[in-house]
Amino acid sequence: MMLFRLLFRNAFRNRLRSGLTILGVAVAILAFGLLRTLIGAWYAGVEASSATRLVTRNAISLIFPLPFSYKEKIRQVSGVQTVSWGNWFGGIYIDEKNFFANFAVDPETYLGLYPEYTLSPEEKAAFFRDRKGFVAGRKLAEKYRWRPGDTVTLKGTIFPGNWDFVLRGIYRGRDESVDETQFIFQWDYLNETLKKAAPGRADQVGFYMVGVNRPEVAGEVAAAIDRMFRNSMAETLTETEKAFQLGFIAMTGAIVVAIQIVSFVVIIIILAVVANTMAMTTRERFGEYAVLKTLGFRARHLAALILGESLVITLSGCALGIALTYPAAALIKTKLGTYFPIFNISANTLYLDLAAALLVGVAAALIPLQRAMGIRIAEGLRRIA
Amino acid sequence: MGNEERPSAPPMVSIRDVSKSYRRGSRPVPVLEDISFDIAEGEFLALMGPSGSGKSTLLNLIAGIDTVDSGTILVGGLDISALEEAELARWRATHVGFIFQFYNLIPVLTAYENIELPLYLTSLSRKERQEHVEMALRVVNLSDRSDHYPRQLSGGEQQRVAIARAVITDPVVLVADEPTGDLDRHSAEEILNLMERLNEESGKTIIMVTHDPRAAERAGIILHLEKGTLTNDALSSPL
Repeated sequence: MMLFRLLFRNAFRNRLRSGLTILGVAVAILAFGLLRTLIGAWYAGVEASSATRLVTRNAISLIFPLPFSYKEKIRQVSGVQTVSWGNWFGGIYIDEKNFFANFAVDPETYLGLYPEYTLSPEEKAAFFRDRKGFVAGRKLAEKYRWRPGDTVTLKGTIFPGNWDFVLRGIYRGRDESVDETQFIFQWDYLNETLKKAAPGRADQVGFYMVGVNRPEVAGEVAAAIDRMFRNSMAETLTETEKAFQLGFIAMTGAIVVAIQIVSFVVIIIILAVVANTMAMTTRERFGEYAVLKTLGFRARHLAALILGESLVITLSGCALGIALTYPAAALIKTKLGTYFPIFNISANTLYLDLAAALLVGVAAALIPLQRAMGIRIAEGLRRIA
Repeated sequence: MGNEERPSAPPMVSIRDVSKSYRRGSRPVPVLEDISFDIAEGEFLALMGPSGSGKSTLLNLIAGIDTVDSGTILVGGLDISALEEAELARWRATHVGFIFQFYNLIPVLTAYENIELPLYLTSLSRKERQEHVEMALRVVNLSDRSDHYPRQLSGGEQQRVAIARAVITDPVVLVADEPTGDLDRHSAEEILNLMERLNEESGKTIIMVTHDPRAAERAGIILHLEKGTLTNDALSSPL
């Protein structure tokens, strides 16, 4: 009990130094937490993917379309329950900086495959009825203050022209992992417009979403689909939604690795700062440690004092850092929500924060601890004199 | 003090052929050479001598905070020169009380907590610790300053706290290294009175290193050290 009291009081003895060190740890934990959350955001699509959904695309590249006629053939493959389809539209809202994902999809089958997008039956019916209707995620609608009935114009990039849409529903995610920043509209609207304006581009889809009965048959179904279109004009590549998402991430793999490295470098830097604080602190208290040893306290008592003090400082910084991470993450979510629609601090990130703080606390105390434990009493007492 | 003088009384401290040297670079520097003497139980002994004569080193050896190169030191019949580091720490916690020149109180602990500190190494309950500390505070007449931190106390008061801390475990030997060296004359008198009382009323064996002849006068026996050896006139009585 006395040792606890002593180590807590020691930890805040030099308030400025301890305060600055705690602040340093807090900033490091904040940076570490945000970087880990950023990596989590990168993988959010993978986390949200379903094991019963497959994505079929052109085997050459995602940018090449597939014939719309594949739909019926895919539907006949054993194990397939639902077939939906869509195109990446790539429209711009007012200005290029207003980026958000927008897709032309078959509404009924698409929403059937994505039950995690929750809409009221009335909203769904209104969306299905209106060829120019669209549905937006809650965060997207809130950001641009869209209300049902509002007309929104997107400027086409892949499909030129100004495209008017009417908001018919605002979907909410079933849980926090669901992206609430998407803009989906009727594929028929796109296709029928293309039939008139650019007939050569009509009746083509960017991807098929295939729903299977059970996750176990996913591999078999994917192979069967690709086999069916082998040696055709448009060969397919079918993979699970998770593999598809991971393929996207692989394109930016170097960035993810860089972020991971930076997150650990931050911890190494703060380790040096805390180690320096602990080294100074211990050096100043050599005399006191000698006195404690004189009184009969053993090396393990000194170890507990030094290690405890180091942990008090790092865990205080960790607590402050975690407390700061939440408003910082909320701010990032607000400002960069369209780039990182899922930016949630996971329990894993908090455990990593805690583990990093513990690691820094222990590692920073090691050398001072070794020195203090090895101190000869007479030598320590001489330092006081 | 010597065996010759009191053959029937078993010595509290018995020092035989003790030598000690420190290393300065690769060169050994002798500090104590073949020191032998006894201290009987309940004696108040002053160690005097010029700076560098080895007084503090001898005190440290008797208190078990440094180890001899050769020779033996028996305290209460126990050969402390043969003890391992951990055994020595346990022994110090219960058998020796320390009084330092610069008090050496822990600045972040109150007077009460400083005095209580050594009791954490005993098996006393919280209530028993409290009783002991309150009694020690009464002995040093600081009951009203128990919740003060060292920085809030005068030098004399800090040394009284240090004395209370030294006697709290009821040790058999009290060692004091220049206990009045950092005090004004009035405070030094108070501290010496207190030590005298501890010696006379509680029968504590006290070994005090001092430069101050006035402080040495309070001791029953004075030992003189010079260049690491006891001088011919080592044994003297202030009376």
